[in-house]
Amino acid sequence: MLARLSRHRAFGLLVIAIVIAVAPLLFPSTFYYRMGTAIFIAALAAVGLNILMGLAGQVSLGHAGFYGIGAYAVAVGPASFGVPGWAAILIGLALAASVAFLVGRPILKLRGHYLAVATLGFGILVSMVLTNEGAWTGGPDGMSVKRLVLFGYVLKDRAAWYWASALVLLMGALLAVNLIDSPTGRAMRALHDSEVAAAVNGIDVARYKLWAFVISACYASLAGSLAALSDAFITPASAGFLKSIELVTMVVLGGMGSVIGGIVGAAFLESLPQLLARMQEVEHVLLGLIIMLVMIFMREGLFPTLARRFGRASP
Amino acid sequence: MTLLAVEGLAIRFGGVKAVDDLSFAIEKGQIFSIIGPNGAGKTTLFNMISGLYRPSRGSVRLEGEDVTGLPPHLLARRGLSRTFQNLQIFYRMSALENVMVGCHLKERRSVLPHLLALPSVKRQNRESRARAEALLARVGLAAEAHKDAGSLSYGALKRLEIARALGSEPKLLLLDEPAAGCNHVETEEIDALIQTIARDGVTVALVEHDMKLVMKISQRILVLDYGRKLAEGTAQEVRQNPDVIRAYLGSQANAGAPHA
Repeated sequence: MLARLSRHRAFGLLVIAIVIAVAPLLFPSTFYYRMGTAIFIAALAAVGLNILMGLAGQVSLGHAGFYGIGAYAVAVGPASFGVPGWAAILIGLALAASVAFLVGRPILKLRGHYLAVATLGFGILVSMVLTNEGAWTGGPDGMSVKRLVLFGYVLKDRAAWYWASALVLLMGALLAVNLIDSPTGRAMRALHDSEVAAAVNGIDVARYKLWAFVISACYASLAGSLAALSDAFITPASAGFLKSIELVTMVVLGGMGSVIGGIVGAAFLESLPQLLARMQEVEHVLLGLIIMLVMIFMREGLFPTLARRFGRASP
Repeated sequence: MTLLAVEGLAIRFGGVKAVDDLSFAIEKGQIFSIIGPNGAGKTTLFNMISGLYRPSRGSVRLEGEDVTGLPPHLLARRGLSRTFQNLQIFYRMSALENVMVGCHLKERRSVLPHLLALPSVKRQNRESRARAEALLARVGLAAEAHKDAGSLSYGALKRLEIARALGSEPKLLLLDEPAAGCNHVETEEIDALIQTIARDGVTVALVEHDMKLVMKISQRILVLDYGRKLAEGTAQEVRQNPDVIRAYLGSQANAGAPHA
């Protein structure tokens, strides 16, 4: 029974759900709720980016741009237009999806390094707009974000955000798992390996690249919204170039094309600096060194390598 | 009845005319072979017919409709499918999944239900899997279905591409050197396979260097040389054509000749 269950793609998610549910029993302080929330939100964005990078094989160095759209939608919407927080999340999603659609159509014709530079440009553009439109966004100093109110309940305390963000992450991950084994997922994986072969088999390559881009933008936007709402504060830097690089690192480090890999990569990269914080002088050196060693010795990424070692197909 | 009509087709790369003023027609149900020395323009011709290259001149008609310059995925919808001389396998997928991708056009393609894993998607996956399993069995790869495509032998990959190309139930199947690099036994398997495909009503256009195979199974043969038509006819006619004899014997006599 367990063996059969473990072959199912969603099995890994069940394990992660259990870990998330049990972990608070071991938390020595509420700080860890906050760290968990940060991990889940980063993981949500990484799972989305993995659809673009791991499934469809297209790189983006500008996904923090979509993260920023989601974050500022929930900051500016309620502050300047009196939109309720939950509606601002949806507006952010719609905005990110539309921008991804419009930007993606021309730039997804580019490949490899050219695509990387074009997406990089997009990310920089968004962060410049957020920095310069001070009247709306508070400029480089950032702005505070109104608390999210759901069914009359103000989502404020750390534990509440821990559970809420975990729930959203698990749902997002489930959708990504569903996608992998669907006709759309197969089309994306196919064009990743050979665009000509995909095309002569009837796959509209441009269409599926665009879908991957739009879907991953929605994940990033939702993650940005949750981050802004849970921190009650947002700065343009949190949606800047370094954030894009961080997301790409999570995907590659955790395992390209693996949903669990994205989550593991995010957990790893979010928690490692905390673990290394005691060794102040060498913290950054160690962080860089560990990332390099993982890439050298576990080239497929943390999760696929470990899953193989323990004899399970990676979802 | 004519399935594919090529008229005055030409393409140049820089100053080089890779294919020049080429016309021919493929009748429904035929096995139509295209032969010629290396560099004669055979694969270039396939690339134009399947939409990978846009011809500089001329037209391609499929079932009477002008399809010149249509992108490959739209040509696939009109019933054209192909394999590749240098394999184009989805190496990150299993053999079965490769063929399931070939069934793409038979699948419903709206994305939202796929994200939500609606019951209809499960049914769809089951159908594609059954279809792909049948195709793998047909090319003799049933036992390899769940292996990584990357772990299959060269000969098996050649047949995997054929199975994948059949997934869309094409009217016209372009096979680009399906027997290249295959041993004697594998070549005979491919030979038998092509004949059953044709018997099932799929028209086959074949580029192949194995003359024994070509002469045996083709109803009609087109001989290309330097991108132009050198001869066209039945195996018998082509074999006796003095131009063909000269081109082929010539290329064997001077191993260093430019088109050898």
